[in-house]
Amino acid sequence: MAYSEKVIDHYTNPRNVGTLDKSSHKVGTGLVGAPECGDVMRLQIEVGEDNVITDAKFKTFGCGSAIASSSLATEWLKGKSIDDAMKIDNMDIVEELALPPVKIHCSVLAEDAIKAAINDYRVKNGLEAIVSEKVHH
Amino acid sequence: MILNKNFTYLCTVNILKRMNLPIYLDNNATTPMDPRVLDAMLPYFTSKFGNAASRNHAFGWVAEEAVDYAREQVAKLIGASEKEIIFTSGATESDNLAIKGVFEMYKEKGNHIITSVTEHKAILDACKHVEKLGGRVTYLPVKEDGLIDLQQLEEAMTPETILVSIMYGNNEIGVIQPVKEIAAIAHKHGALFMTDAVQAVGKIPVNVIEDGIDLLALSGHKIYGPKGVGALYVRRKGPRVKVTAQMDGGGHERGMRSGTLNVPGIVGLGKACELCMQEMESEAKRLSALRDKLQAELTVLEESYVNGNVEHRLPHVANISFKYVEGEGLMMAMKDLAVSSGSACTSASLEPSYVLKSLGLSDDLAHSSIRFGLGRFTTEEEVNYAIEVTKKSVNHLRELSPLWEMFKEGVDLSKIEWAEH
Repeated sequence: MAYSEKVIDHYTNPRNVGTLDKSSHKVGTGLVGAPECGDVMRLQIEVGEDNVITDAKFKTFGCGSAIASSSLATEWLKGKSIDDAMKIDNMDIVEELALPPVKIHCSVLAEDAIKAAINDYRVKNGLEAIVSEKVHH
Repeated sequence: MILNKNFTYLCTVNILKRMNLPIYLDNNATTPMDPRVLDAMLPYFTSKFGNAASRNHAFGWVAEEAVDYAREQVAKLIGASEKEIIFTSGATESDNLAIKGVFEMYKEKGNHIITSVTEHKAILDACKHVEKLGGRVTYLPVKEDGLIDLQQLEEAMTPETILVSIMYGNNEIGVIQPVKEIAAIAHKHGALFMTDAVQAVGKIPVNVIEDGIDLLALSGHKIYGPKGVGALYVRRKGPRVKVTAQMDGGGHERGMRSGTLNVPGIVGLGKACELCMQEMESEAKRLSALRDKLQAELTVLEESYVNGNVEHRLPHVANISFKYVEGEGLMMAMKDLAVSSGSACTSASLEPSYVLKSLGLSDDLAHSSIRFGLGRFTTEEEVNYAIEVTKKSVNHLRELSPLWEMFKEGVDLSKIEWAEH
């Protein structure tokens, strides 16, 4: 199966690879997936004034599409408000990266990672976690 | 200094000139055809196009003669006589003919077949078919090195057992089963011994007499011959083995496999066998040296593991897991290397390799596996390049891997509650 150019671009030059200080109250960390399933994503956000995401970093164990999905997610997160970040849908990622049906789960994982990071940040700061009712495509 | 730099540059250019990228290291999947095989085949497409079954004119005789010669070439490679070779469309057909054909022929005698869990799908699925027809099949597990336990085989034998089918060399990990001992156990209990020898024939010495093999499947395209042609060896003496045809028609191949013979393919298979016969010994030495180098260099990487028994192994195969790196992601990074992986992401089923799992490998290690399959046209330069690219890619992806970071920080990954998805 051939990858789309955008997947190859993100895979070859992944954006925002790295680690933020997870003990900081400004940082939310989402760790999703499982090694047994062949993909694990760790996505971190740093939230500044007015609930705006000032930085985002990721590390991913997985296939090219999983790495590209998380790289793209960090790119989209930077500068977004938490509320807008919550609205990122896995199908947006599928569309942007032209993921084939067998790789949709990579985008689902990225969306889960975003939500997990936001909730980690919320809980750290005395807010309730937001439960997503969404049924994935 | 400048001279030195230029020199290095020129060397690199030279290497790149010599090597054609991408580099093919997936010779267990298929092999390129040897040009000498192609030369032997070509006349049989055009001027020598006759039907080998045409008994009354020269066109038929020429074709028949070519087929007879190929039959000898194939037989010789495995120590058989030419009358024991049945040409087929490939090893999948040979496996099906053997399993289903023996079951149909001997079902009055018994309905039990023994095989193993690491067999090729052609054997496993033919066995599933036999189960639907009322057969009983035992799928022996393998030990963590990929070898079957002879004691378990002995215990699985029953008076109803008509066939034991165990592969010679495994396609994913290259492990060579103790076929001689397996055959002896089968025979002791009055059962036949069949082996899928697709990966072993032409790579290591295989002899049906010495090994006690009653049926053997082989394929053209794994031994630098053409695709779409294979053979089934069916023993004629001590005992005389019969299989019920699975393809009915004009009664070709002693009634066991009807259908006009694929003369160019058969000529190619014969030539491929002849070349293996001549070159196998030196080639096995050359390839095992290259393979050992590759393996030694790559297992220098931390947390890398060789899968399967390394002593009883085909000379050209190394299956290595690079922990904390996912196989498909790794193959994407090594885009100039054609290899394969046991990762789920490479299969439609999203399940990692059943062969690796049957060794007791955890799913995450199965996901991290890469199979390197060297071949006749693999050069040392290519192996050196593969070593460099693999090392670089594993290190790069580990920088990207949260699991690697956690491992390095001393986090026990087995204690983390992962969300299955």
